[in-house]
Amino acid sequence: MQSTVNFSQFPDQDGHFGRYGGRFVAETLMEALHELNEAWQECRNDPDFLAEFEADLARYVGRPTPLYHAERWSRQLGGAQIYLKREDLNHTGAHKINNTVGQGLLAKRMGKTRLIAETGAGQHGVASATIAARLGMECMVYMGAEDIQRQAINVYRMRMLGATVQPVTSGSRTLKDALNEALRDWVANVDNTFYMIGTVAGPHPYPLMVREFQAVIGREAREQMLTEQGGLPDALVACVGGGSNAIGLFHPFLNDDKVAIYGVEAAGSGIDTGRHAATLCAGRPGVLHGNRTYLLNDENGQITETHSVSAGLDYPGVGPEHAWLKDLGRAQYVAVTDEEALRAFHDLTRIEGIIPALESSHALAYVTKLAPTLRPDQKIVVNLSGRGDKDIYTVAALDGIQL
Amino acid sequence: MNRISRRFEALRQAGRKALIPYITAGDPHPDQTVPLLHTLVAAGADLIELGVPFSDPMADGPVIQKACERALAQGMSLRQVLDLAHTFRQTDLETPLVLMGYLNPIESMGFEAFVAGAKDAGVDGVLTVDLPAEEASELANLLIDHDIDPIFLLAPTSSTERIRRTAKLARGYLYYVSLKGVTGSAALNVAEVAEKLTMIRACTDLPLGVGFGIKDPPTAAAIAQVADAVVVGSALVSRIAELAQNQQKMHAELAALTNSMRIAMDTTS
Repeated sequence: MQSTVNFSQFPDQDGHFGRYGGRFVAETLMEALHELNEAWQECRNDPDFLAEFEADLARYVGRPTPLYHAERWSRQLGGAQIYLKREDLNHTGAHKINNTVGQGLLAKRMGKTRLIAETGAGQHGVASATIAARLGMECMVYMGAEDIQRQAINVYRMRMLGATVQPVTSGSRTLKDALNEALRDWVANVDNTFYMIGTVAGPHPYPLMVREFQAVIGREAREQMLTEQGGLPDALVACVGGGSNAIGLFHPFLNDDKVAIYGVEAAGSGIDTGRHAATLCAGRPGVLHGNRTYLLNDENGQITETHSVSAGLDYPGVGPEHAWLKDLGRAQYVAVTDEEALRAFHDLTRIEGIIPALESSHALAYVTKLAPTLRPDQKIVVNLSGRGDKDIYTVAALDGIQL
Repeated sequence: MNRISRRFEALRQAGRKALIPYITAGDPHPDQTVPLLHTLVAAGADLIELGVPFSDPMADGPVIQKACERALAQGMSLRQVLDLAHTFRQTDLETPLVLMGYLNPIESMGFEAFVAGAKDAGVDGVLTVDLPAEEASELANLLIDHDIDPIFLLAPTSSTERIRRTAKLARGYLYYVSLKGVTGSAALNVAEVAEKLTMIRACTDLPLGVGFGIKDPPTAAAIAQVADAVVVGSALVSRIAELAQNQQKMHAELAALTNSMRIAMDTTS
């Protein structure tokens, strides 16, 4: 492995991870990004800010989350021991809240009064609306018109929390278009508005900032493995859409050369069908949404539509740090199909009594392939990034059941 | 001296300001693009900005987003935009042509191939919306080596430091975004624009164009008093959308709007 790279030194001061990352936005946003970066750099080294963040994670979010040994499932798979990092037990049901708590505190420090966010499945939208409610701020969530139809429950949750959910009807009417629309709003309302990006993509400093807020997942898991299980795991597994739960788990382990790292993308109906969202497995480098990274785009550089049963993985880009880790070979990126993810969804529900999010089910599906290739004394940590309650309508429909 | 510098120099000597219409290539149909460019030139355009359609035009308002969607639905690509530019150049040797678009199609083609293709097509300038000065040196220097001007945006929020940095890399002219918003936004404030242009002029000798939100002859005339060039995009593109089914009327109305801006600018300046 790449023991010569010190991963904690990246990105550089302009947000580059090797050739990836950076700030590729119109001039109209550059000063806003500089202002954000300055505020963030000040806060990340401010003990008061960090203490407030930690306290909120403990008392509002419910951290630390447990590291759970899935004994029955491990035994059935007949290989490595599997440990679930229970991000599904966080307030609002997913890892997304770690980031919005952090960005919310930053927005408050910066004196902003209005939060905007993009959302695909609605989990980041709910986490943003939750924080806006708590801080008494106005909240506008941009959501693709297609996704609004697919995710009615989360739309209602956001509205109950006081957010305005703005349907986006441009382009493919999904997450990428919601991101475009949020950026347009930010340009026009930059004086009072804070843009909460939900993943480790976008222009610098977002990939760095979101990683730092999510890295609590990996720090806890590393500590829990060392103290509760007596050593580092042999492998980490997490699903990758934009890649925030994965970077959150991976980052604190990157300098641990012996820990193998697997990011699992959505192969949808299968990569060879063209209906998928496996950006790192099947895409190539390009520039979208403010950063250079792997993208799914056609031969003319137009962004292509993606497909996944899981709305949270349905995105044609990926965080730039993942692109870099892929090229370095520090992490392996693989993909599992909708069908494999659904099987894992049902398996975990029936064998461990835990209903996982469809996103997280992609990571679990890869674990079912990886675990049997390892010895019973080896250990895998998988990020159970969210709970599956939001997905029961989707799963029921696929199983031919009407609720 | 390339076409853009020659044109600005000639305008300066004549005491006139440049009128720069923008249309999206391939909208409403690829066959219409070159005839529309000729119509705009005949109606008084000094330079042309030709939009390269992109699936995710983050800095554009709804009018130009929809124009991109219409053009892409016709199968428009950067390669074809270069072909259209080449065709235009066969019959117009003088009017400077600037391509305006986003980085990914260029990156996808490859910088070398794009710059060679643009040179061959007779393109004079390239404005890449999502490529700020910090990230631009590779493409900008390649363009400059081929005597194509890299055009950059400046915004109401740009600091003196950023203006200097951008001006150093820019050639041809600088494009000042008149308001905080996307293309086609509501109303710009002429006094604020004038104030910011004074600040920019202290940092550079390049001609200054102003765009975003210029919809009618009075605004064009007011901006022409303080800037070197007036850029009009959404106002034209929305006419194209309305009249796509009636080509004759579309050309006539585009010509009329362009010409009325031309007259208003020339009368006051």
